[in-house]
Amino acid sequence: MMLEVSIEAKAFISDKNCSKSILNTIRFCLKEGEVGAVLGPSGCGKTSLIRIIAGLDKDFLGAVSYPRSWRLGVVFQEPRLLPWRTIRDNLKISTPHEQQEYCAKLIDIIGLSRHLDLFPGQLSLGLARRVALVRALAIKPDILLLDEPFVSLDEQLAQELRRELSRIIDASRTTTLLVTHDIDEAIALSDRLYLFSKTTPASIQEVFVNPTPRQALTPEAAKGLKQKIVDSISREQIK
Amino acid sequence: MIRALSFICLVILWQAASLLSEPRQLPGPIIVAQTIIGEAQSGALLTHLLATTLRVCAAFLLAMSLGMPIGYMMGRIRTIDRLLDPWIVILLNIPALVVIVLSYIWLGLTETAAIGAVALNKLPNVVITIREGARSLSQELEELATVFNFSVMNRLRHTIIPQLGPYIAATMRTGLSLVWKLVLIVELLGRSDGIGFQINLAFQLFDMRLLLAYALPFIALMLFIETALVQPFERRVSRWRNNDA
Repeated sequence: MMLEVSIEAKAFISDKNCSKSILNTIRFCLKEGEVGAVLGPSGCGKTSLIRIIAGLDKDFLGAVSYPRSWRLGVVFQEPRLLPWRTIRDNLKISTPHEQQEYCAKLIDIIGLSRHLDLFPGQLSLGLARRVALVRALAIKPDILLLDEPFVSLDEQLAQELRRELSRIIDASRTTTLLVTHDIDEAIALSDRLYLFSKTTPASIQEVFVNPTPRQALTPEAAKGLKQKIVDSISREQIK
Repeated sequence: MIRALSFICLVILWQAASLLSEPRQLPGPIIVAQTIIGEAQSGALLTHLLATTLRVCAAFLLAMSLGMPIGYMMGRIRTIDRLLDPWIVILLNIPALVVIVLSYIWLGLTETAAIGAVALNKLPNVVITIREGARSLSQELEELATVFNFSVMNRLRHTIIPQLGPYIAATMRTGLSLVWKLVLIVELLGRSDGIGFQINLAFQLFDMRLLLAYALPFIALMLFIETALVQPFERRVSRWRNNDA
């Protein structure tokens, strides 16, 4: 059982009836419980990839397959909460009945208990992102798609959330795809790392495999991996 | 406070004007109040008030319950929009009086004809407002509902209706005032009870006292509905907006 992504091409029709191609061949698969990270600069088509896998965009060449019984959890780039419902209701509405207890546990772990009666408009971005994270985790997804989940949070909070997230997806063996432009974040969270090219349309430039299980990643190993990624990026720029 | 003061000023002005003019043309507030009490005690006022209010409610509910789904479909599905748009434009531009008279000719001087004609006059207004709301529904929240497998009921309750809320409130407001004005006209033209019928009677007898004695309680009732029902609804649907961080 795995997530298989095999995209041949993805293009948008722009105003003047000419299409702009944004994704080239993208092929990878993630085994159950594996965490993949897609690393690339902003605007390189990472969000399009997430939308295709989530089934929100069907206008592409290729195929995405995973077992029909798998449940999908998505953390969108912006928190995307229902502004007219309290945090408590936001979480309650999207969580199936049998998962409400687990949701309550997550609320505790992620530290939202004090904010349940507020409306999304009253939350800071950091809190709203945490709500979105809990919402996606609470359905006990088999595939978790994360679109820059910690962007524009202060580093300390982001680190703390990454640690919690890592612990939760390890415990539940959730297949996860993280999309990010932050090299450290990608290294810290993933088993496999797909570096997207800067050129448009984007394709996978290089695949890095975390040398050790990510749970036991030493600072030295992380540093080595980062150096390789940085080298690869600068090589492309010279070309 | 200022509202109350303004209201008192109006009554004083009315009294002054009535003193300056002939009592047959403009009776003062006290005489009108006495007439209202007299009509209320005989039971006539209540009967006519009730008849008109029921017609207003029926026509209003009919127009809303037909107009909301039509407007929603037109806002969401392009083919339906193109199909029905000319009809709506025509309906919007036919004078209310024409619809009323036609409906009385075709259906006879019946209750169905009266209520149907008023609802039909109100309908395009509901459709257009709700269509505007349906067009501006958020794509992002629709995706959210899709990804998280919202049931049809949850989609409606938690994503669609809250977004349409302000549009529903707006059309309720303009709708209520339009409907009650039209109901008075259909009563005047073809019914034998209701405030509109009584006003016609007063007009033929040139009885200003009677005319005001029926018009004023009805205006008061509509103001009451507006402030006690429509405005609280409007506040409720926009409550989440007022919670700034």
